[in-house]
Amino acid sequence: MNTEIFGIVAMFIVTVGLAIPLGKYIAKVYAGEKTFLDPVFNPLERLFFRASGIDAKAEMNWKQHLYALLIINVIWFFLCFFILMNQGWLPFNPDGNPSMSPDLAFNTTISFLVNCNLQHYSGESGLTYLSQVAGIMFLQFVTAGTGMAACAMVFNAMKDRQSEKLGNFYDYFIKSCTRILFPISFIAAIILVFSGTPMNWEGKQTITTLQGDTVQVSRGPAAAMVAIKQAGTNGGGYFGANSAHPLENPTYLTNAVENILIILIPIGMVFALGYYLKRKKLAWMILGVMTIGFLMLLIPAVMQEMKGNSAITKMGIDQQMGSMEGKEVRFGSAASAYWGITTTVTSNGSVNAMHDSFTPLTGGLAMLGMMVNSLYGGVGVGFLNFYIFIILAVFISGLMVGRTPELLGKKVEAREVKIAAIIAILHPLLILAGTALAAYFTAHNTDMGYWYNGKASGWLNNPGHHGFSEMLYEYTSSAANNGSGFEGLGDNNPFWNITTGIVMLLSRYLPIIGPLAIAGLLAKKKYIPESAGTLKTDTSTFGIMVFAVIFIIAALSFFPALALGPFAEYFSMN
Amino acid sequence: MKFSGIFSAFRLTIICLVFFSVLYPLAITGIAQFAPAKGKGETVEVNGKIVGFQKIGQSFTDSIYFLGRPSAVNYNAAGSGGSNKGPSNPDYLKEVQARIDAFLVRHPYLQKKDIPADLVTASGSGLDPDISAEAALVQVKRIAQVRKIPEEKVKQLVEKNIQKPLWGMFGTEKVNVLELNIELNSIR
Repeated sequence: MNTEIFGIVAMFIVTVGLAIPLGKYIAKVYAGEKTFLDPVFNPLERLFFRASGIDAKAEMNWKQHLYALLIINVIWFFLCFFILMNQGWLPFNPDGNPSMSPDLAFNTTISFLVNCNLQHYSGESGLTYLSQVAGIMFLQFVTAGTGMAACAMVFNAMKDRQSEKLGNFYDYFIKSCTRILFPISFIAAIILVFSGTPMNWEGKQTITTLQGDTVQVSRGPAAAMVAIKQAGTNGGGYFGANSAHPLENPTYLTNAVENILIILIPIGMVFALGYYLKRKKLAWMILGVMTIGFLMLLIPAVMQEMKGNSAITKMGIDQQMGSMEGKEVRFGSAASAYWGITTTVTSNGSVNAMHDSFTPLTGGLAMLGMMVNSLYGGVGVGFLNFYIFIILAVFISGLMVGRTPELLGKKVEAREVKIAAIIAILHPLLILAGTALAAYFTAHNTDMGYWYNGKASGWLNNPGHHGFSEMLYEYTSSAANNGSGFEGLGDNNPFWNITTGIVMLLSRYLPIIGPLAIAGLLAKKKYIPESAGTLKTDTSTFGIMVFAVIFIIAALSFFPALALGPFAEYFSMN
Repeated sequence: MKFSGIFSAFRLTIICLVFFSVLYPLAITGIAQFAPAKGKGETVEVNGKIVGFQKIGQSFTDSIYFLGRPSAVNYNAAGSGGSNKGPSNPDYLKEVQARIDAFLVRHPYLQKKDIPADLVTASGSGLDPDISAEAALVQVKRIAQVRKIPEEKVKQLVEKNIQKPLWGMFGTEKVNVLELNIELNSIR
């Protein structure tokens, strides 16, 4: 049992230990300084830009950044949608899997385009090798790079100067993909392939087992994809069971590697901010707030899972290993709970245990992680979400002490605060409205017609409070661009495919547009050097302020919904 | 500028596709040629015949074998997945109770509290190749009785097959059920 605790403590220590040098490296990459990978990537990137006719040195203002970002995303949408709709007859389909239905292809394309990776299909039967590699894996690289590029622009805008020129989107984007995501994925893929994750192009293998049963075993080009799926906070698994699958995550070591990758870049980005702006104290303040929030979710979750399911305890079973439903023996309950929380505080969403079968509080804490969505958060976008909370905290603190609110020498005024408020309210609105709609249909057991084959309550896999949690989790995961799920929910039908598709779309682009706009507006303003009257943002007092804002806005707006789902289930069992 | 912007973005997409979806997977496939089983998944052979994948669990229902964990996909590795049953679901709890009863019928020498939780709960992938060390040890007596071999010998076999936590420090202890059963078959 203690070895399970050591395991998760070691994982966290190694993650932070790696994130510090990584942060330094990321800062250098975005600042255009020399790094040890220059000899490889300088010529490569020149090739990229020459072939596409892009001048990566032309500086852009925030609107040009946004325009470039959105245009290229639209192109990716059509590319991926085309592949998924036609994968049945396109090459690299040894298992003869069919093309997707339009609503499923819509959902899947959006899901990967917005770095959410919600999956309403199972990889073994729902995708071909072409879709996995040229559709899904492609988007896992470039959408992670998109989020990081947006974040890099905000870093640039936070510098101590007045300027409209905030670097070049394509430059940040390509460098994020080639210099940060690619090397990390490459190393991880090699570790995986040597640990037993397949990387082949042949179809299923049929074997006769020791007992004489005939079974088929799915394989394919998994290792390359699993690496970027973890590193880019994507989370969309190669196999249906995601990283619980013994080929996708074969050993405790690969589990540690994959789990470290989940939060490595999100933490690295915070350090990168500190090095980039030369404000290390600010980075530590942000990391401190994030880590305290993270531990408040993690510790109870690990305790709950290791304690086991109280209903099974009542049957007289001694659950020394903890709650094992939906978990793998090679990981154990502690590492499964650790993964469950790390994957939901970041927008990763890969799983190594089935979240639907977590004990009630752990499921609730995982949801809370997604509801806050900025305790580390997704690559790049996690910081953007946190940035919104910083703006709000600056504004509220400014009001409390009766001064004009300022962030790093820039006056925060009505326009910025309005944008921040809209973005902050959007997240609860999408989650709660979606859940309310689905719960309404379920409660009335509506006949759904085109939208769902049968009565609405048929989509639930569990009754009572847990059924409500399934619906709440699905919209929370969509709105947090997380992608994990209470997978018992029958979600491959027009109702869930289309509604979650819309939620994912809105909750990806608006929370990028908002911070980009705020940062761009602030960067244009006159820089006021710090004086004795300046509100210091790199102090623990301000940290507490940010934490309070997060708690009030994110946590409390969801409390009633959480009380109806996971909390009610918990109390009904104990 | 607007129109050329779209065209540039399109060309950039193509070159990214070539790099990340063609060159990168090909490089990993190339490296996989040096990995165990050349990246095709390690198989286990008995007398030259493939009987399974080392890391994919299989169904054992016969009493002469160590039993693995319950599986929501019946160990068919063409798919994968867990039961996704919530912890308080009454149907699920009935199912667990039925598993407990069935296990006690097979192992009349055991009491409820001796049954390790992993033997009555379904795994996340449905393909879990392992059981806990305790889960193997509680089955020793039955195996010895059914196969008519000394209990001590079976116990030694299990102990030999227990895989310690990673570097002795991190994670869980486990036993690979397929490997254990193959070795069990070779005991006379």
